[in-house]
Amino acid sequence: MPVMQGKELRIVGFLCNWCSYGGADTAGVARAEQPTDLRIIRVPCSGRVDPLFIVKALLNGADGVLVSGCHPRDCHYSAGNFYARRRLEVLKRFLPVIGIDDARFEYTWVSAAEGQRWQQVVTSFTERVHALGAAPRIEDAKPFLKVADMALKPLRTLGTGKNAPLEKLKEAIKAKLPELECVIGWQKGYDDIHTTPLFMKSAEEVDKLVWGPLNVVNTANYLSQFKGKKVGIVVKGCDSRSVVELLQENLISREAVTIFAMPCEGTLDVARVNEKLGRYTIVNAADSDGAGLLVTVDGKKHSLAMEELAQGKCRCCTHPSAVLTDVLVGDAPQAPAAAPTPPELALLDSMGLEERRGFWRGQMERCLRCYACRNACPMCVCRDHCVSDARDPHWMTQEADVVQKLFFQTIHALHLAGRCTGCGECQRACPVGIPILALRQQTARAVEELFGGYKPGFDPAAVPPLLGYEVEEQNIRETRI
Amino acid sequence: MRVIRFIQSDGFPDFLARLSRNNRVLAPVVKPAGKRSVVFEQWREGMPVILEKTTVPPKEAVLPQCETLFVCKKSKNPDNPEDVGMTLGTVPEDASTTLPTLIFACRSCDARGFAVLDRPFLKGPFADPYYKARRARLAVITLTCSTGCNTCFCHWVGGGPSSPEGSDVLMTEIEDGFVLQAMTPAGEALLESSNLADGKDIFPKAEAARKAAWASLLPAPDLKNAQQKVAAVFKNEQFWREHAAACLSCGACTYFCPACYCFNITDEGDAFEADGARRLRSWDNCMSSLFTREASGHNSRAQKAQRLRNRVSHKFSTYPENWGKFSCNGCGRCISNCPVHLDIRDVVVNALAVEDE
Ligand code: SF4
Ligand code: SF4
Ligand code: SF4
Ligand code: SF4
Repeated sequence: MPVMQGKELRIVGFLCNWCSYGGADTAGVARAEQPTDLRIIRVPCSGRVDPLFIVKALLNGADGVLVSGCHPRDCHYSAGNFYARRRLEVLKRFLPVIGIDDARFEYTWVSAAEGQRWQQVVTSFTERVHALGAAPRIEDAKPFLKVADMALKPLRTLGTGKNAPLEKLKEAIKAKLPELECVIGWQKGYDDIHTTPLFMKSAEEVDKLVWGPLNVVNTANYLSQFKGKKVGIVVKGCDSRSVVELLQENLISREAVTIFAMPCEGTLDVARVNEKLGRYTIVNAADSDGAGLLVTVDGKKHSLAMEELAQGKCRCCTHPSAVLTDVLVGDAPQAPAAAPTPPELALLDSMGLEERRGFWRGQMERCLRCYACRNACPMCVCRDHCVSDARDPHWMTQEADVVQKLFFQTIHALHLAGRCTGCGECQRACPVGIPILALRQQTARAVEELFGGYKPGFDPAAVPPLLGYEVEEQNIRETRI
Repeated sequence: MRVIRFIQSDGFPDFLARLSRNNRVLAPVVKPAGKRSVVFEQWREGMPVILEKTTVPPKEAVLPQCETLFVCKKSKNPDNPEDVGMTLGTVPEDASTTLPTLIFACRSCDARGFAVLDRPFLKGPFADPYYKARRARLAVITLTCSTGCNTCFCHWVGGGPSSPEGSDVLMTEIEDGFVLQAMTPAGEALLESSNLADGKDIFPKAEAARKAAWASLLPAPDLKNAQQKVAAVFKNEQFWREHAAACLSCGACTYFCPACYCFNITDEGDAFEADGARRLRSWDNCMSSLFTREASGHNSRAQKAQRLRNRVSHKFSTYPENWGKFSCNGCGRCISNCPVHLDIRDVVVNALAVEDE
């Protein structure tokens, strides 16, 4: 049905069956006058409201979304609304990064007896949305393309791991190999400046192990596929956080994994290396001077300085040494304490909502839905059962428009909220260079702010914040509407 | 000798503007992003063109990522709800169907990709009408490569830096300009209708440049037995497991391949609603587990090794069995775009080395 003469806006309400739906009913029975823009969807509990319901509505033309559940401590299922509160708070802080005004979304609590309160909630939220007007659509935004400045000064001097005791590491792996199915590491790839994962099963294979700034792939990605088997894994600092997060979520068991580590001196942004080298046929020589790689391609010399070409995450890296190890080789360097805002997110921070919509529209247009981003993520453990592929529930259509594509990125970012360690593999994997890491960085920042500085992947015993709750949340100030 | 023309290095904007009058001209442009990505976009006045090989091949010109095959609408008779009427709605038009398409600065490997797609879509028992409509109005101007690159291998698989297959015009850089050589009647018409200067006299320079490009390529292994050899390792599970160990099962190899053409058909929307229901055809890829999942839940290729085997076998053994040619043109995108740097060349070369049982 067309919206009434353009006077009404489209507002979607998710109301829990036990309290708020009853509250709305009470208001209705009492003939309490209320605006009619709201379309109510009854759900069993506010805890049933997946934040993606809200994003889906907002990306597909809703002007506002309201979630209402039972008051804290009154949940029919005891704690559904406590879980909801955490997720919805994260969502509120996420919406602006994709250019959606967070004022278009609100959650609140209304009991079945509070007909009057319901009237007031609907009225004030509707007024709020009317003040904002009809929601601008992402697909109508004017493309606004800007590139993050990745040449941020590193927190510490980065290097190439030239003097790392690789032979010692190899000996340590060989010693443990008989007990293990295999050990995951890196080997030389199709040329001297690209590496590829290595699965070591024999001493000869251990000799293929390489160490240095080209070891970009996060080895933790492969761990979950070895479930039930004892495996070893060689990690950089960032990879170790993924291992810990997998442990936190019981996706692997501590006894089944042996962690080998050497302190990391940083890795190269291979995309920018490729760009710097341009089109070449062969690598004639590759060496390192400690501060970068010196490579000769097609007879021409290039210097790939870490200072210039390291990945963004390495510039902000506070944990170059593994956070959990069984075998540590080499001395752990002095780790810098606090990280600045990562460059991708800093770029988004510098934009207004309209520019952000234009940014994502312009960037997502060239997404081919190849899902390399998803499959490169060590924490995307649904693997062959991703909602984006499902026909039932039907989250996404096969249409190749920016809304579908951005919605998938939102699914990934929100499914990773409180779990993403910022390893950056999603963005690195994207063949067309869409800076999708910014979305994950924003959820990570929201989680950190809301849950006492929590960072995923440090403590194997810590419960990921969105899998828990506190009755009195320290940092959540609910808006009273 | 066919029509040959010459264009000065600064002559492209005029040339493209002229072509754009009655064509949708797709030309390579750089997208600003942390990772250099070059894509084909519809050329418009003032758009800077870059003569680089693109990150995304131009196959979208004939096989869009997603297209609406038809729209269907249903209506109920208010007096008799059992009486449901069904009509076909109109498919929204876009530039890919209303205008002829011209690809500018394609590469030989990508142009040969169109020839790979043509066989199943046009030359089998049925011609695909959607593909046919776009393909019939496609013209390709290919820029011949002056060198190979670290991931491409066109000359292993029957092509080369100036292979003409799939191209209407071959364009070769010489000093201060480019020589354009028509390869098909469509290419001739295209060059004849341009106001470019004749290039017959300087054509030898283009020939020399093409020769030099060929000479610069690294030696290629002999793939004459590849079809049999890849077929022979089909049952060698160990072989495929090892080669697929690092594979992430994403679609970066297939969706960026100019010669992959698998698709999915789905229905979206509700036929009773104002816009109707849409039947869509969208890209699909054999590296995804869903590709072979049956309605019963059974999956004939549940493991990634089986899926990698399918991709490589289709390109080097089963497609050649049907059509006599590889369905890989050696563009190297599945290598350069792979997040873990897997190399299809290794798989094929290693299959050649497996001793027959
Ligand atoms: S983020 Fe830190 S541990 Fe990870 S690759 Fe960069 S420097 Fe090494
Ligand atoms: S979402 Fe991206 S940054 Fe976060 S864990 Fe996954 S791959 Fe790493
Ligand atoms: S990797 Fe890039 S192109 Fe592929 S689905 Fe993700 S965002 Fe899209
Ligand atoms: S299989 Fe790989 S190298 Fe061959 S045409 Fe496709 S993307 Fe290019």
